[in-house]
Amino acid sequence: MTDTTAAAPHHSWFHRNRQTITPWLFLLPGILFFTLYVVYPIIQSISLSFYKWDGLGEATYVGTANYERLASDRAFTVSLFNNMKWLLLYLLAIPAGLFIALFLNQTVRGIRIYKSLFFFPFVISQVVVGLVFTWFYDPNFGLLNGILGAVGLGPINVLGDPALATYGIIAAGLWPQTAYCMILYLTGLNAVDPEQIEAARLDGAKGWRMLWHIIVPQLKPATFIAFVVTIIGALRSFDLISIMTNGGPFGSTRVLSFYMFEKALSEYGFRMGYGAAIAVVLFFIMLFFIAYFLWSMYQDEKGR
Amino acid sequence: MRSMKKLMLAGLAATMLSSSAFAEGLSGELRVFSDMSNPAPRAVMEGMVERFGAMHPDLDIELTVIDREAYKTQIRNFLTADAPDVANWYAANRMGPYVNAGLFEDISDLWAEPEFAALASTKGAMTIDDKQWGVPYTYYQWGVYYRQDIFEELGLTAPATFEEELANCEKIVASGRACYTIGSKFLWTAGGWFDYLNMRTNGYDFHMQLARGEIEWTDDRVRETFANWRKLIDMGGFIEDHQTYSWQEALPFMINGDATAYLMGNFAVPHFRDGGLTDDQLGFYQFPVINPDVAMAEDAPTDTFHIPANAQNKEAAREFLRFIVSADNQTMINAGDALGQLPVNAGSSVDDDKFLKAGFSMLSNDAPGGVAQFFDRDFSAEMAKAGMEGLQEFMVYPDNLDDILERLEFVRQDTAE
Repeated sequence: MTDTTAAAPHHSWFHRNRQTITPWLFLLPGILFFTLYVVYPIIQSISLSFYKWDGLGEATYVGTANYERLASDRAFTVSLFNNMKWLLLYLLAIPAGLFIALFLNQTVRGIRIYKSLFFFPFVISQVVVGLVFTWFYDPNFGLLNGILGAVGLGPINVLGDPALATYGIIAAGLWPQTAYCMILYLTGLNAVDPEQIEAARLDGAKGWRMLWHIIVPQLKPATFIAFVVTIIGALRSFDLISIMTNGGPFGSTRVLSFYMFEKALSEYGFRMGYGAAIAVVLFFIMLFFIAYFLWSMYQDEKGR
Repeated sequence: MRSMKKLMLAGLAATMLSSSAFAEGLSGELRVFSDMSNPAPRAVMEGMVERFGAMHPDLDIELTVIDREAYKTQIRNFLTADAPDVANWYAANRMGPYVNAGLFEDISDLWAEPEFAALASTKGAMTIDDKQWGVPYTYYQWGVYYRQDIFEELGLTAPATFEEELANCEKIVASGRACYTIGSKFLWTAGGWFDYLNMRTNGYDFHMQLARGEIEWTDDRVRETFANWRKLIDMGGFIEDHQTYSWQEALPFMINGDATAYLMGNFAVPHFRDGGLTDDQLGFYQFPVINPDVAMAEDAPTDTFHIPANAQNKEAAREFLRFIVSADNQTMINAGDALGQLPVNAGSSVDDDKFLKAGFSMLSNDAPGGVAQFFDRDFSAEMAKAGMEGLQEFMVYPDNLDDILERLEFVRQDTAE
C-alpha cells in the first residue's frame, strides 16, 4: 500500500516536463547548426565590417570608416542601383511564367514535350545560359545582330555598352526564371477548382475578368512562392554576371554580391572589412524581403 | 661489461654514420605546392621533382599541384595554416602582402652565394626592404607581335619610333584593317598598353614611382602618356568592341588579317602558330621609342619559388631553390618543348626559337631602363584593379579621361592611408 502512494512523487523531473522538453530536443540539432553556421557568421561579418583587415595580418578597428567610404564609393552606388534594376525587372518572370503556364495548360497531343521544352532553360546550368546569351549578343557573329541587321537596324554591342549590359544580363536571367515560375503556376493550375470556373462561366465571366477574379486569386499560393524565388534569384545573380561580363565594362554591371566578392575574395581583393560592410548592406536588403515573407506567411497561418 | 662497451661503441658509430649521411644528402620530407597546373608546366614541375629526387634519394618529396587560378586564393590559407616547404608565387609587389605579414622566409643568404650573381637581372624584383624573398625560374618578354606578310604587302617596316608607328598605323587603317587587336574583357591587356606607353613616355623610374603610389594620377606627365595613347585610339588603331573579348577571343582578328599586330606576352606565340601563322608571317618588334630621352624598359613578368616562413624542412627547401636556379635546370625547363619561355640565369642557353631568341636578346641588350613585372604585379592589388578598369574605360570612352584620373587618384590616396 505505502509503496504505490510513494511512487507517484518519485516521477523524475524529465518525466514531468517531457511535454515541454521533447519539442526542444527535436529542435536542438537544428538550432545548434543554425546558430553555428548562420547566426554566428552573420554576427562575425557585422563585427568585421568595423575593421580594416587584409586576411593575413592583424585587424585594426576603424569604426564606421568602411561605411563612410561606401557612401562616397561610386562603384558601390552603381552596384546598389544595379541590384534595384535586377529586383524590379526580374519580377517580369512572374507574369511571363503565368501566361506560358496558361498557354500550356491544355490537353493536346505531345503537350508533355512542349512543357519539357519550356522548362529546359531552368534545368541547364546558369553558366551555360550565360555562355549561350554571350554568343547571342556577340557583336561579331551573334544572332542578335544578324536579326537586327535583317530589319535594317545597326549593330549593337549589348554586353560592351555600359548603358545596356545590365539589361542584357537580366534578359538572360529571365529565360530560366520564367521557366521556373511557369512550372510553379502549372502545378498551381491543377489545384484550381473547376466548380468555381463553372459558376463564373454561368455568371458570364470570361477572358480577362475570369483570369483576374477567378483564376489568379486561386493561384495565390503559387504567386507567393514565385515571388519569393524570383526575389531571391534576383539577389543571387552572381554567376551570370561573372560569366557574361565579369562585372564590366568598367564595373558597370556589378551588383552588391559581385562587388563584395571582388573586394574581399578575388585576385585583387582582400579588403575583408570593406567587403563585410558591403555584405552587411546586402544582408539588410535581403532581411527586408525575408521579414516581409515571414510576416505574410505568419498572417496566412493565423488565418487558418 | 665488455660487451656493454662494445654495444655503446656500435651505437655511437651508428649515430655518427647517420649524422654524416645527413650532412651529405638531405633526408626527411620536402613538401612542394605548385600552381603550374597547365599540361606543359605541370610536366616541367614533375620533371624537376623527379630529377631533384634522384639527386637526394633519402629525401621524400611530396608535390601538390593546384589549379593556377585557385592557387591565388588558396595560398593565403596554406601559408598560415599548413605551410609547405616550397611554394610558387610571383615577383615584385605581388609578394608584398606575404612578405609584410612575415609568411615568406628571408633568403638573402642564398642570394649572397656566388652562383646567384647570374640572376642579377631579377634581383630587384625579388627584393623588398633590401632582403630577397624568393627565386625566379622563368620569365617571358612582352612586345609587339605583327603580321610581317601584311606589312610587306603594304610596304611597311617594323617601326622604331612612335612617329613611324603612327605613320604605319595610318596606312593600315586606310587599308581597312585595325592596327592592333586587343581583348580587354579581363582588363589586364589594357594594363600592358599603359605600362609600355608610360615607360616610353616617362621612363621606368617614373612608372615605378607611380606604381608605388608616390605620384598623383592627375599629374601632367601621366596625362601625356594618355595623350599618346589617344592618338592611336582616335585614328581607329584598335579593334572595335574589344571590351567584350578575352585575349584569346581577340586572336582571330590577327590570324584572319583584320588586325595587323598584338601587344602581348610571348605565351601568345603557340596560339598564333596553332591558328596557322607561320614564322614567315609572324614577326616581333620591341615597342617603339616615344621619348628618346628615357631609356628603354620592358615588361617581363617573372614566376618564382619561395620558402614559407612556417616551412618544416628549410634546409632541403634551400637546396631545392639552388637546384631550380642552376643554369642547366633553367635551360632545360625553359626549352621550347617545355615552358617555351626565357631562363633567368645568365649562364643558361635559350632554345632555337625565333621569338625566344628575339626576347632574350631584347631583355639582355636593349632594356637598359629596367625590367618591370606587369601592371597588376607592380601596382598594389586594389590600385591595379581600379587602374585597369579605368584604362579599359579610357580605351572605349577617351573623353572620360578627367573623370577616370580623378577616380584613380581617389583610390591612390585611399590605399596610401
